[in-house]
Amino acid sequence: MYTKTILLKDTALFQEDRTKEFYTTLLNQLREAGLHDEVQVVRVADIGVYNRGIVLKILPDNIFYADVKEEDIRKIINQTIKAHKIVDGIHLKHEAKQIRIVLRNCGKINPESIEEYIACDGYQALKKILTEYTPEKAIEELKKAGLRGRGGAGYPTWMKWKFARGVVSGEKFVICNADEGDPGAYMDRSVLEGDPHSVIEGLIIAAFTIGASKGYFYIRAEYPLAVERIQNAINQAYEHGLLGKDILGTSFNLDIEIRLGAGAFVCGEETALIASIEGRRGTPRPRPPYPSVKGLWGKPTVINNVETLANIPVIFAKGAEWFNRIGTPTSKGTKVFAVTGKVKNSGLVEVPMGITLREIVYDIGGGTISNKPVKAVQTGGPSGGVIPVECLDTPVDYENLQKLGSIMGSGGMIVMDEDDCMVDIAKFYLKFCVEESCGKCAPCRIGGTQMLAILERISEGKGKIEDIAYLKRIAFAMQKASLCGLGQTASNPVLSTIRYFEAEYKEHILDKKCASHKCANLATYSVIQEKCKKCGMCQKNCPVDAIPGSKEEGFMIKQEKCVKCGRCFEVCKFKAILKG
Amino acid sequence: MAKAVKAKINGILLTVPVGTTILEAARDVQIKIPTLCKHPDLPPSASCGICIVKVKGSNKMLRACCTPVEEGMDIITHDPEIVEIRRTVIELILSNHPNDCLKCGRNNDCELQKLVADFGIREESFAQFLKDLPKDNSTNTIVLEPQKCILCGRCVEVCQDIQDVWALSFLERGIETRISPAGDIQLADSPCVRCGQCAAHCPTGAIVEKDEASRVWEALQNKDKYCVVQIAPAVRVAIGEAFGFPVGANLTKKLYALLRRLGFKAVFDTNFAADLTIMEEASEFEERLLLGKRPLPLITSCCPSWVDYMEKFHTDMIDNFSSCKSPHEILGVLSKTYYAKKNNIDPSKIFMVSIMPCTAKKYEITRSDDMFASGLQDVDVALTTRELARMIKQAGIDFNSLPDEESDSILGEYAGAGVIFGATGGVMEAALRTAYYFITGKELNKVEFESVRGLKGVKETEVEVAGKKIKIAIAHGLGNVEYVLNKVRDARNNNQELPYHFIEVMACPGGCVGGGGQPYMVTDELRIKRAAGLYQDDSEKQIRCSHQNPYIKRIYEEFLEKPLSEKSEKLLHTTYKARPTYRK
Repeated sequence: MYTKTILLKDTALFQEDRTKEFYTTLLNQLREAGLHDEVQVVRVADIGVYNRGIVLKILPDNIFYADVKEEDIRKIINQTIKAHKIVDGIHLKHEAKQIRIVLRNCGKINPESIEEYIACDGYQALKKILTEYTPEKAIEELKKAGLRGRGGAGYPTWMKWKFARGVVSGEKFVICNADEGDPGAYMDRSVLEGDPHSVIEGLIIAAFTIGASKGYFYIRAEYPLAVERIQNAINQAYEHGLLGKDILGTSFNLDIEIRLGAGAFVCGEETALIASIEGRRGTPRPRPPYPSVKGLWGKPTVINNVETLANIPVIFAKGAEWFNRIGTPTSKGTKVFAVTGKVKNSGLVEVPMGITLREIVYDIGGGTISNKPVKAVQTGGPSGGVIPVECLDTPVDYENLQKLGSIMGSGGMIVMDEDDCMVDIAKFYLKFCVEESCGKCAPCRIGGTQMLAILERISEGKGKIEDIAYLKRIAFAMQKASLCGLGQTASNPVLSTIRYFEAEYKEHILDKKCASHKCANLATYSVIQEKCKKCGMCQKNCPVDAIPGSKEEGFMIKQEKCVKCGRCFEVCKFKAILKG
Repeated sequence: MAKAVKAKINGILLTVPVGTTILEAARDVQIKIPTLCKHPDLPPSASCGICIVKVKGSNKMLRACCTPVEEGMDIITHDPEIVEIRRTVIELILSNHPNDCLKCGRNNDCELQKLVADFGIREESFAQFLKDLPKDNSTNTIVLEPQKCILCGRCVEVCQDIQDVWALSFLERGIETRISPAGDIQLADSPCVRCGQCAAHCPTGAIVEKDEASRVWEALQNKDKYCVVQIAPAVRVAIGEAFGFPVGANLTKKLYALLRRLGFKAVFDTNFAADLTIMEEASEFEERLLLGKRPLPLITSCCPSWVDYMEKFHTDMIDNFSSCKSPHEILGVLSKTYYAKKNNIDPSKIFMVSIMPCTAKKYEITRSDDMFASGLQDVDVALTTRELARMIKQAGIDFNSLPDEESDSILGEYAGAGVIFGATGGVMEAALRTAYYFITGKELNKVEFESVRGLKGVKETEVEVAGKKIKIAIAHGLGNVEYVLNKVRDARNNNQELPYHFIEVMACPGGCVGGGGQPYMVTDELRIKRAAGLYQDDSEKQIRCSHQNPYIKRIYEEFLEKPLSEKSEKLLHTTYKARPTYRK
């Protein structure tokens, strides 16, 4: 039985992978120290740290070492493995900011082995609940823990369970919402692929608590590995008497099946998800009645997100009080974020609620790749907003992010530096929502399309100053009159960029300028005569003959003819074309 | 157990039963909350977003159409902010809708147009972008113009959930969303049964009946044509709605006068043919019941949408269908045979127009070769009530002040039984009155069968005839058919006693009074009132039973011999065949 695991990854960019040699050396030294039966070494594909040479992660101590050289191995074995002490100099401190609850087993256990999950106290919480708890007591415990839904809206999980528990019905359902769809987000995927049993255990506990005998995993079909691992885990759970009839010798029965989502973002909305499982068109329906009262096939149904469910076993295993101590007064526990964009260390992080954005971006993320100042952080995916650098010291929780005009969302976090254009960002997210709108309700369907048309106009330099007011007017109507969360929040990226970066919008509209040069139509190109070698490459490559001149007289760009394609800028070897 | 909740709307306290929506409750305090998608006849789709209201204590705005009033709610139905949002949403819808109101089939009768007028929208704040989608004329009965569709979902709801036809559905998503038959095929190739309930519920001109008034005008002008007309029972109690009459007002005699003034040479009444249908159908029932000639239960066939539905979805019931044609087809064939001969008119000059509450009649007139039993097309054009209302307006006739006139004998004379055909249960009631006489040889003391009346989706009852219990079922709204037919199938498969001897089906909820060609905004309240107008007409008639109608006796003596005679079979009966649900 292994007592420790060392995860290994060479994170150096553009270098030959040195893991193989390092792996061999490490194994040899462990053998020499007589520890090869106690310490397992695993080469992993991603360790969550980037461009820091060879990185080791020691579990269960959760210690990271970066830029590790072969000569450090002995110290690591003697101090950390044998004496639980940290080796200075190579220790990567950023992990300290992270707490792994949801991701506790990811990368640590073999996701295809139920035995390894059980060895890490897996299914202990379920056993405890089935044998020691009543459903009411479980709900009470969850209430004490203060867990809120991680899918985005942050609805208290215990309340969902309580409502569904309270409805008398011959049949009830539990559904795991694994229709993760935010651009750049892969929190749920990592859990499904890395620790499928924790989600299943959470779902079984949910089913027992509300009195359901049937459960579904609604997983997007674009996650084939997640589907495979969940199916494998379901099969194993059946084999171990954790699913099916008389679970763990009690009278509780539960069957779980997988349903595949066909790629519609809106099917993550719970009423649309239900419609999709029922075989109907995936469009939302009005609430109330809420699914916990009238859900799948008209029966009480609890729908919980992957991350929410992965929290459940730990809460019951370690107790509500332990969980409640993590986080802020209104938001408890941790949140997994997929940090991407212009940040040095992009990847998944799991942090306690209440951590500041600055800590995430700088201490964990290592700041921007370009070393330019952070301009803003986008959270909450397409339903979220942009938070400017001035607000980076805000502690992250549901309420604070909402006050800033963004949302917690499912955990996407994109870091932007000064090269990012806010009109362009707004356009990107809005376009996503417009494309993913189900088309059912008029405010979302038409409002989104109209807003996008206005944004496109602005980014092409054809905006009018009234357009800002029009954007706000449509956005307000969409927020208030759209049927589901998609439409109600689709305008957030636009509203928050207007709120914090109105000057940038005005610059696009009035000065026809995009300072970050993202809006192609607003760029101007001109020849820097001092640098020009009169080679004629620009003239040769210009598709619209906008560059008159000759090798003798030199060249200039006729602005009225230029279509701003940027070819001249790209082909000039002497950097003699100015993009402004 | 209906409990009540107390709440406030605009500061006014009110108590409403649990489950009442804010939209419904608001009416109690004289507030009409605007909406484009909620039809009083249908469950809310919650798609337009116009009926939003504020509830104190909530940051969100709620849709009045689908949110039930809860205890203690403090609701605001309008304030400047709400009005502004509603206006924005209407303008957004308008930006995605063609501006050709003047040429639209719904001009002056369009819910969107009315809302735009009510909100005083005078300019286009947002750029117009329209979908380039073609019209679908394929059914020759209803016209689908997806460009004008605001995606309220009413037609889809009616087609799928009320009618169980599933011809219409939503395709694509986002701004590309549109209504169309599944697979993006033409409506005529889909399971569509032309009931027209989609058109009757559409708030705009996206689905309208195929307007054939011009063909009628043309015929009326043509000196070589001898134009005759008939009106269906349900038309007389609904047309008045277009002219400000109280709902259900019976305008039979005004209609006779009107049709003459429009230029028709003879004005007949479909009710006469309804009496004839009863003679044939009751005889058929007697034959099946007593002689076992063909299987029971006997199922009525006067509704063309139902016939189409049966031919597509319930072909195992073909033998149970009454072979009797629908009344207007019977009148059509008689006008070109009996009437033509008697009045010495060349039948090929006769141009028969049926004024019907129904869009499917437009399809029925060329349904099969049997519809050419006179050697010519028996009915030349079928117009809906709505088309006639427009013709009246085009002619400039002051309908409201027209004097009463009588119909042309004998094809216009009817018994009370003929007129109740227009309401669900009416055909059954009329048939029972005559079947009773045929089987027992005695007249009924009381001709009313209350148990077959009313709007319950499926009505099941028993009637004692000559010591034998006749079990009957009446279904209206095609979605109610399967329950009834499955009971028959179950009994058959298990060799049990048949659950019914006689079944009446009408495709449209409420029967023809709620037909797809009737004036818009029908609700159960309206259906009841329209039906009441028909029952009133029946009760005021001296002669209540079809077999007592002296003109019916006369036409048998002079022309048809007797029910189910060879001649009757040839002219008044038809056959059915299985048709594919999807063509091609």
